[in-house]
Amino acid sequence: MKLAIIAILILTTLQTATAEEFRGTGDLGIVIERAAGSVQVVETTSGTSLSRVSGLGDLSHASAVYSRDGRYAYVFGRDGGLTKVDLITASVVKRVMQAGNSIGGAISQDGRLIAVSNYDPGGVRFFDAQTLQPVSAIPATGSDTGRLSKVVGLVDAPEQRFVFSLFDAGEIWIADMTIPTEPKVTKFAGIGKHPYDGMITPDGRTYIAGLFGEDGLAVVDLWHPDKGVQRVLDGYGRGEQPLPVFKMPHLEGWAIAGDRVFLPAVGRHELLVVDMRTWQEVGRIAVHGQPVFAVGRPDGRQVWVNFAHPDNDRIQVIDTETLQVVRELQPGPAVLHLEFTPRGERAWVSVRDADRIDIYDTRTFACVASLPADKPSGIFLTARAQRTGQ
Amino acid sequence: MFEVRRRLLSAALILSTGLIAAGIAQAELSPIRTGELLILVRHDCGSCHGLTLKGGLGPPLLPETLNGRDEEGIAEVILSGVPGTPMPPWKSELTRGEALWIAKQLIEGLP
Repeated sequence: MKLAIIAILILTTLQTATAEEFRGTGDLGIVIERAAGSVQVVETTSGTSLSRVSGLGDLSHASAVYSRDGRYAYVFGRDGGLTKVDLITASVVKRVMQAGNSIGGAISQDGRLIAVSNYDPGGVRFFDAQTLQPVSAIPATGSDTGRLSKVVGLVDAPEQRFVFSLFDAGEIWIADMTIPTEPKVTKFAGIGKHPYDGMITPDGRTYIAGLFGEDGLAVVDLWHPDKGVQRVLDGYGRGEQPLPVFKMPHLEGWAIAGDRVFLPAVGRHELLVVDMRTWQEVGRIAVHGQPVFAVGRPDGRQVWVNFAHPDNDRIQVIDTETLQVVRELQPGPAVLHLEFTPRGERAWVSVRDADRIDIYDTRTFACVASLPADKPSGIFLTARAQRTGQ
Repeated sequence: MFEVRRRLLSAALILSTGLIAAGIAQAELSPIRTGELLILVRHDCGSCHGLTLKGGLGPPLLPETLNGRDEEGIAEVILSGVPGTPMPPWKSELTRGEALWIAKQLIEGLP
């Protein structure tokens, strides 16, 4: 009897110890410190920084995706570095230099392949998600020019596919990676001049490339790729001279509310509001500057927008019902990125030149906490692990 | 004696001219402004040309990649942009003096 009690006591102690050692990753994320080449591991339950992982190279224009278990971040650096970071141990698991100049990446539907889109040499390379060993590659040779094109707007899609755009060649390609060593590529040429970024709807059905070289968007229905590319919103600038664009807008953090999508208008102080069923413009919202990111709160009630230089010190919040700007925030110099917590009660905002992350309450708009960070840019939370196209 | 005095005088003249020139340059671009410009080059130009200026969507801007372009030529690209490409004209944001200063930094290599 005594022995049994002692045994139970010991077991209880052991269990407590184990419970303290283990931790889920659902409330974790990373903040890119672009100049220092490091990331901070953060947690959103209390809003704190847990650790810093260094040695990730040139992280200007860095982005990240997550393993489906939410434990590992794959960080894509500008210098072509691909780094696998363990959020639990706060360490670099593996790092490879996979190209000379890189722009972003994606993880496959089954979580086994990492795809990286490169500027130099232009194309997409695929790696084993576990080991980062190279698996295969697709050189992005333009159909017209025969030259390698920079690749932008790479996203994962259902049925083990990836979709991306060729900046120089003006094409959209779909890569079926069912057999990882033998990519099956479907190409769409002549989609428009200079696609600058691409995105996929959360259901993974529709791929949209924004065009820099002309006013319009190119859309592919991934349920029916045989129907080709549909051009939408052609001439949304109505022939007016666009303003100089000091920073390329992004479509990655695009905003959806119901059937409406909110898109940055290139070279204009406007957001375009589009009905996704018809791809017709249903409104446009005058904003403070040229939008860079337009990000929807997860419930779709608000869209938060940041801006290009020289208007990059603030954020505007748009009510998606009234299409009105309902709030203007001024976090500080060079607001680069923002990310909502998975259920949207907080927005994390990186203020590069103030070396700070600000955390906002999305109901009261109060800044509830700030964290020091070294020239922070992208904020990527692990909820992305479960979302197509992120 | 006269010769020495003359030399001293011209030395003083050269020195003061130099000081005035330096003074003018400083009056044009304060250390605060050049600091701002360096951040602009690293981070805003860097968003397309790379933080280390090794290139990205835009070409590299390292000294050895500028193909012998002079300050005037580079400043002109900065101020007017390159039509048909994403390189915007910066003339609404930068003065000619600032563009020339940036061009000089690019040719010499950023500190």
